[in-house]
Amino acid sequence: MSILVFAEHDNSTLKSATLNVVGAAKAIGGDIHVLVAGQNVGGVAEKAAQIDGVSKVLVADNAAYGHQLGENLALLVAEVGKGYSHILANAGTTGKDFMPRVAALLDVAQISDIMRVESADTFVRPIYAGNAIATVKSSDGIKVITVRGTGFDPVAGEGGSAAVESIDAAHDAGISSFVEAKMAESDRPELTAASIVISGGRGMQNGENFHMLEKVADLLGAAVGASRAAVDAGFVPNDMQVGQTGKIVAPNLYIAVGISGAIQHLAGMSDSKVIVAINKDEEAPIFQVADYGLVADLFEAVPQLEAELKKVL
Amino acid sequence: MKVLVAVKRVIDYNVKVRVKPDNTGVDLANVKMAMNPFCEIAVEEAVRLKEKGVATEIVVVSIGPKAAQEQIRTALALGADRGIHIETDEEVQSLQAAKLLKAVVDKEEPKLVILGKQSIDTDNNQTGQMLAALAGMPQGTFASEVVVDGDKVNVTREVDGGLVTVQLNLPAVVTTDLRLNEPRYASLPNIMKAKKKPLDTQSPADLGVDLTPRLTTLKVEAPQTRKAGIKVGSVEELVDKLKNEAKVI
Repeated sequence: MSILVFAEHDNSTLKSATLNVVGAAKAIGGDIHVLVAGQNVGGVAEKAAQIDGVSKVLVADNAAYGHQLGENLALLVAEVGKGYSHILANAGTTGKDFMPRVAALLDVAQISDIMRVESADTFVRPIYAGNAIATVKSSDGIKVITVRGTGFDPVAGEGGSAAVESIDAAHDAGISSFVEAKMAESDRPELTAASIVISGGRGMQNGENFHMLEKVADLLGAAVGASRAAVDAGFVPNDMQVGQTGKIVAPNLYIAVGISGAIQHLAGMSDSKVIVAINKDEEAPIFQVADYGLVADLFEAVPQLEAELKKVL
Repeated sequence: MKVLVAVKRVIDYNVKVRVKPDNTGVDLANVKMAMNPFCEIAVEEAVRLKEKGVATEIVVVSIGPKAAQEQIRTALALGADRGIHIETDEEVQSLQAAKLLKAVVDKEEPKLVILGKQSIDTDNNQTGQMLAALAGMPQGTFASEVVVDGDKVNVTREVDGGLVTVQLNLPAVVTTDLRLNEPRYASLPNIMKAKKKPLDTQSPADLGVDLTPRLTTLKVEAPQTRKAGIKVGSVEELVDKLKNEAKVI
């Protein structure tokens, strides 16, 4: 059995989520190869070769893959993946975009967002916004899978010494092109990989007030997230959204500030180790999942939290 | 141009689901059903394209039991012109749904197909991409803006880290993100009018698609419930607990 893992990167840095996907591949068991597809990705391929447990890195360096267009990636991965028993990618927006296309080209089903491996053909995944957990068995020859990174421990990113092999498959479907990217700039850790996340909801009242959370985040080395209400109200950009339709996080500590705790939000954070809720509404559903709840006005509690953390950290 | 919109009947998003005691699935008996929220956004986008004079006809398609006709009628009341119901009581998985939709695309030849990015029951996020692959069309997934320009469409996509705009040749598939638009409500006169709009019923066999599932659900369980937590009285107590009891800071 051999497993192809699609490496997530931005042409210069290998995304840490790839290490969790290799962790999932390890749980399945078998020879693990990593595919690096992009433009000028020599550095990424070198990093991928150091991942623990990987025996081979395949590099497809071509302008057609420079912007990770799903139409082109799917042709490549479907061709390269034919010889494998499993094809895995992180369930981020890149994997969610092109992997179902790969599955359709190979005429197999896709198993989305797996959080556990039962065996080589049986996987556990959440449905109904995480309110039910399904165990599914695949009868397909090739298993096309996207992996929920927070469900698997990352493998070490160093110490491995995989062989690097270049492949010249240049698939340009010629039906789509990249126009522009508008990426949010941030010095804080990536939301899905952060060990502490502090999130704000509608209770924050405006975008300016998120600075209060940022100050606390900087003290804790935390990432800042948001509920859909805060994103829809325009307080913060949508890539900060935690929930069923946003990002799934499972940090050691999740601090929910001014978030009521709708089903869709809980779907994105209820696997966190410790949950703290700060909300003035004692009846807010978030308190039903919070390990530590503080019923208080966030505009008083958050500055106090900052002051208190300065004392103890 | 003709726009095809796919809609799915799912449990209402506000309903707290219950897993059946025999672990075979989620209890859907006597539960409020509705159009999948992402599909509502797809319908709204198509209607807006028609109002702008870009779309000339909106065909709405749904796959599922007889009751799915309610969701087609809802889409017709919102402004779609006619409906296609692919009726089946069997489970239809994403790949098979994509094949059924591909058969409809072959017949109807729409310039644009709009679907929701995921249904809130199975949370797969696959059908639009699979349909695009089968039909050889480009895809604009997780769209927050759609601008049709001649024989191309520019789609702004919500991706991890921000927004990316791509240009697709038509015909193309677009899947909607929540921020694409704010769906309207159907007015009573429009609901009445929708009852008279044409609705064609077909079977998966008519379209030559085999529904044999590739994935078997072995069991469905309730997620682990979290232990009830405690309420702290002050910020000092909270920080103390986090540092000395939970040891997370």
